[in-house]
Amino acid sequence: MRRILEVWTGIGSRFIAFLEYTGGAVSLFVQTLLWVFIPPLKWRRIIHQMSVIGWDSLPIVSLIALFIGIVLALQSAYQLQKLSADIYIPSLVSLSVTREIGPVITALVVAGRVGAAIAAELGTMKVTEQIDALETLAANPIKYLVVPRFLATVFMLPILTVYADYIGILGGYLFGVYKLGIGSSLYWRMTYEPLLLKDVLTGLVKSVFFGIIIAIVGCFEGFRVEGGAEGVGRATTLAVVISFILIIAADCLFTTLFYFAF
Amino acid sequence: MIEIINLTKSFNRKPVLRKLNLTIEKGETLVVIGRSGCGKSVLLKHIIGLMRPENGQILVDGEDVTRAKGREMERIRFKFGMLFQGAALFDSLSIGENVGFSLTEHTTLDEESIAARVREALQTVGLKGIEEMKPSELSGGMRKRVGLARAIIRNPQIMLYDEPTTGVDPIMGDAINDLILELHDKLKVTSVVVTHDMTSAYKIATRIAMLYEGKIIEIGAPDQIRNSRNPIVRQFITGAAVGPITEGQ
Repeated sequence: MRRILEVWTGIGSRFIAFLEYTGGAVSLFVQTLLWVFIPPLKWRRIIHQMSVIGWDSLPIVSLIALFIGIVLALQSAYQLQKLSADIYIPSLVSLSVTREIGPVITALVVAGRVGAAIAAELGTMKVTEQIDALETLAANPIKYLVVPRFLATVFMLPILTVYADYIGILGGYLFGVYKLGIGSSLYWRMTYEPLLLKDVLTGLVKSVFFGIIIAIVGCFEGFRVEGGAEGVGRATTLAVVISFILIIAADCLFTTLFYFAF
Repeated sequence: MIEIINLTKSFNRKPVLRKLNLTIEKGETLVVIGRSGCGKSVLLKHIIGLMRPENGQILVDGEDVTRAKGREMERIRFKFGMLFQGAALFDSLSIGENVGFSLTEHTTLDEESIAARVREALQTVGLKGIEEMKPSELSGGMRKRVGLARAIIRNPQIMLYDEPTTGVDPIMGDAINDLILELHDKLKVTSVVVTHDMTSAYKIATRIAMLYEGKIIEIGAPDQIRNSRNPIVRQFITGAAVGPITEGQ
């Protein structure tokens, strides 16, 4: 009887902790949205964050998008060649990349690189009392620290996604043209012909929400840090793991929604 | 004047401050002494509104810090300057940007005027020509002095010091004590200093208050504390390993 009670108490306390976490993250998101509309916006800080989040992510996004494009073309060829339907490889690559792979892979890369960095930076600021210092100087930590990171991530992730879409398609092109011998102009035609504006737009809508997830989870984990270096390490790991889970879950939700809506 | 009335705070159901009462007079330097972890820094963070109590009030010139929010809190905080234990300089900013932070954020002063004020504040704490350096390039003592310059740049009426001499060598510690005294005389600020460094406490205090088990158990002029007959105060100020504080631990 006592054992059963302990199990239920454990489940109950975990559920309460989950509700507290969700409530805290949602509250941070709402406060961030409010502060976005309270002037003045510090553009210098936002542009700096855009550079850190967007520009500095270009090499890793390029590399991964290129490889994914090549792998997609390879896997498509593996199946389609059996049906002598090589010609559909460009269409398959372009649709997969723009609708799904581009936004998701870019978001996962940025969550690993940027989300972790945000949690580590804010976490270190928390344990070294820099966030307290900000408040004593009458600067709101959400306005000063979260808003620039939030705007930069939400703005830069769709741009990175469009870039990743192009590089992914280029990866498929390299394999399709130079290995499978599909003509260059035919490859481009088969890439763009089936592609509709809504395919690109649904990918971009997803990436905006992925950006919100990465920025809010990273900042929230940073603000929650307690207990020095160990706490910073834990927050960094949690920021990446939780972002990954939420990105995949949100992707599943949006893909289902778009599938039935459009 | 700061009035602390029945301040109560606990962490994980462990009481840290228990109906604490304390009055800090305008223009005095009150030093709060006590063992590490007894709640001295928690008291300081309540005074500036970084923490909220479970019960009680803190009145700063009649305004309740514990209930203040938004613009009201911002206005109250402009009265304060705070030096943190580890200086809490912003790593991503240069020394000049750190010291001038408050002016950049809250005034319309141009860059030249801010630079002049930064230079002046740094000179007050005995530093010059380090505006372009990063906090990581400075020693512990220099960081504390930069933290002090950042705190005083807007001429606060109340200064809060969290362990100002901890983590620096004795000579630098005494230099920081001299700076606190100088700022007190020059700027006529009310100061609240939290420390367990008795040499520092005797040197800078107008009054010393001992915090023990969440309450102020004795308060008085440095000589009064030095000659206290309270066995708890005596054990703390003499640094004896055996006595009522350590009994039963």
